[in-house]
Amino acid sequence: MASIKSLNLLGNLNKVITRRNFTTSNIAAAKQMTVRDALNSALDEEMEKDDRVFILGEEVAQYDGAYKVTRGLWKKYGDKRVIDTPITEMGFAGIATGAAMAGLRPICEFMTFNFAMQAIDQIINSAAKTFYMSAGRVNVPIVFRGPNGAASGVAAQHSQCFGAWYAHCPGLKVISPYNSEDCKGLLKAAIRDPDPVVFLENELLYGVQYTMSDEALSKDFVLPIGKAKIEKPGKHITLVAHSKAVELCLIAAKELSGKGIEAEVINLRSLRPLDIDTIAKSVSKTNHLISVEQGWPSCGIGAEVLARIMESETFFHLDQPAIRITGADVPMPYAKSLEMAALPVPKDIVDATKKLLKVK
Amino acid sequence: MLPSCVRAVSKKSIFPKKSLGSIFAKNNFATEATFETKPYRLHKLEESPSTTVTLNKEDALKYYIQMHTIRRLETSAGNLYKEKIIRGFCHLYSGQEAVAVGITAALRPHDGVITAYRAHGWTYLMGVPPIGVLAELCGRKEGCAKGKGGSMHMYTKNFYGGNGIVGAQIPLGVGIALAAQYKGTDGVCIALYGDGAANQGQVFEVYNMAKLWNIPCIFVCENNGYGMGTSAERAAASTSYYSRGDYVPGIWVDGMDILAVRECFKYAVNYAASGKGPLVIEAATYRYSGHSMSDPGTSYRTRDEIQEVRQTRDPITSFKEKIIQSNLVTPEEIKKIDGEIRTEIDEATKQAKADKEIGLDELSADIYSLNLEPKIRNVDPFSELVHKRLGPAVNA
Repeated sequence: MASIKSLNLLGNLNKVITRRNFTTSNIAAAKQMTVRDALNSALDEEMEKDDRVFILGEEVAQYDGAYKVTRGLWKKYGDKRVIDTPITEMGFAGIATGAAMAGLRPICEFMTFNFAMQAIDQIINSAAKTFYMSAGRVNVPIVFRGPNGAASGVAAQHSQCFGAWYAHCPGLKVISPYNSEDCKGLLKAAIRDPDPVVFLENELLYGVQYTMSDEALSKDFVLPIGKAKIEKPGKHITLVAHSKAVELCLIAAKELSGKGIEAEVINLRSLRPLDIDTIAKSVSKTNHLISVEQGWPSCGIGAEVLARIMESETFFHLDQPAIRITGADVPMPYAKSLEMAALPVPKDIVDATKKLLKVK
Repeated sequence: MLPSCVRAVSKKSIFPKKSLGSIFAKNNFATEATFETKPYRLHKLEESPSTTVTLNKEDALKYYIQMHTIRRLETSAGNLYKEKIIRGFCHLYSGQEAVAVGITAALRPHDGVITAYRAHGWTYLMGVPPIGVLAELCGRKEGCAKGKGGSMHMYTKNFYGGNGIVGAQIPLGVGIALAAQYKGTDGVCIALYGDGAANQGQVFEVYNMAKLWNIPCIFVCENNGYGMGTSAERAAASTSYYSRGDYVPGIWVDGMDILAVRECFKYAVNYAASGKGPLVIEAATYRYSGHSMSDPGTSYRTRDEIQEVRQTRDPITSFKEKIIQSNLVTPEEIKKIDGEIRTEIDEATKQAKADKEIGLDELSADIYSLNLEPKIRNVDPFSELVHKRLGPAVNA
């Protein structure tokens, strides 16, 4: 497990370096920040603000975080507020949930969400349902966070999106951020929120740098949970995505733009609540819809988006069937060529768009 | 925990403080008595709780009332289930009363409790009056969770349920104790589970962390002999549950003797609250009913076995005999109390049956303490529900 992690870290570092070359003089003045640092600053600021906030998980303290998201926090806040746990997901997820029930604000880090499957009972049955079962008495202010989604070269058990699993359950709020601003603003919102929040980070984006606005650098920067963001306006087709798939859409949109097709790219940010109004409004304008995600198709986020559009008045605005672009319906293979084939790439989006718009 | 007892007792006035006083005045021929408990078994502990326990008249009456109220409450619950008014699950505590009442007697107002699905008696002891328990069981609005939780999901101050997932409450209990430690109170949390749940993996995960971090959690295995229909011997390679924490010290206590339980938990609370870390306590007890109401409880054990426990080890009968023989109370006093409890529970039962269910507008209430869903989806997309916020949201 650990060796796999360090491999990924190296991969991410490489990415950072290549990304840097893309920085143009135009945005050189704006501050660049990696997703990792954005998350780290959100944690730091919220811990500073509220002493009920503490972090627990595997390797979060002395090791500085398996993915270095908690780097420096143990040195700053000490053993009481940054707690290394043994490798016992169900146990420490339950402990964190109990602490939230008794008034603290725990942040429970899973080294990856793949391992949170060992603890999903505590997330669903203890954290999500208690407020309702207690008729509004015991709310559970907790954040479950960690890397989620397809990773690179780690095979089926370590490469899966759990967005749909958690978004399925009422009582949870589920966030799947894309870039550094998303991560900072939404993680801070999640920590302040009085309900259980599942915060799905993307392993492959930790080392990627994105522009941070002055506003986003402020300690008061918080983004609203449940609101999508239009990353790129357009009028011919709506592309709805979350997490890393937003990036695929942006690349595809750029290519389509060269062919005179203006795609509107919506970054969902939250999977529950799902901001269907923003999608509906966009589809009313573009009359075409493609959902894009890296997770599996069956009962996925795209399936939910399409179903909701199908059920609404927006359906009548569609000129073509809405379609999903997803990960292939297979467990993730290890072999590089197969792994690449199992995940959507920008070309898939470009081709599908052209098909829907009947453009050669 | 005197306040909760007084609260529970005085709220429905089955035994107002005034009448307690009059009994003291009338029959004051013994105010205190001393008893010997069965020896405790110790695991990795040098010092044992005292086997000599003293009891005053006031406490004798209090414990008797509490245990007998739980017994009547459960009898009523059983009947309501047979009448098909209580739905789904219904796990009765009859036979195990001395465990909860004995532990409660040792708790302080800032200590927490979390238990499994056999939660009716605990809910009452932690401060919910019998009507709050019975109405919850019936799914009615006077229920302590307004009928939204049912048999296994009842909550009140310092009482975190009621959990229907076998073993899941144990990590939660450690978390509640961690919160006490974090806040710097000397509060402890009692995390209860059965001999069945004692084999869950998560129990061992949190034994480890509780000991590692010195968390003031008192793990309590209520060994009633059976996990559903599987006897302890058929499920556990070691049935010495008090020693199964390995590096966590443990105590075995006779869970049919309320005085032994009280003494044991005075010791345990003091131990955990003074920073010595967790303990595993096994309370040997017995359940008279089946696992739940759908289980007659006779295919995996004999009727003779149940009868023998009732006749020789019943926690209420044996306690009653003790306090009468030691002249702490008279048979007349007991008779009067029994009558009053019967009346109170009968009244509460009637009230619960007559109570209404909450309105359908509450179907979509309190899903979130800070709701962000514009509308809550109904069974079809044409009639969306509106989220409502009603409960106190104690951690908001």
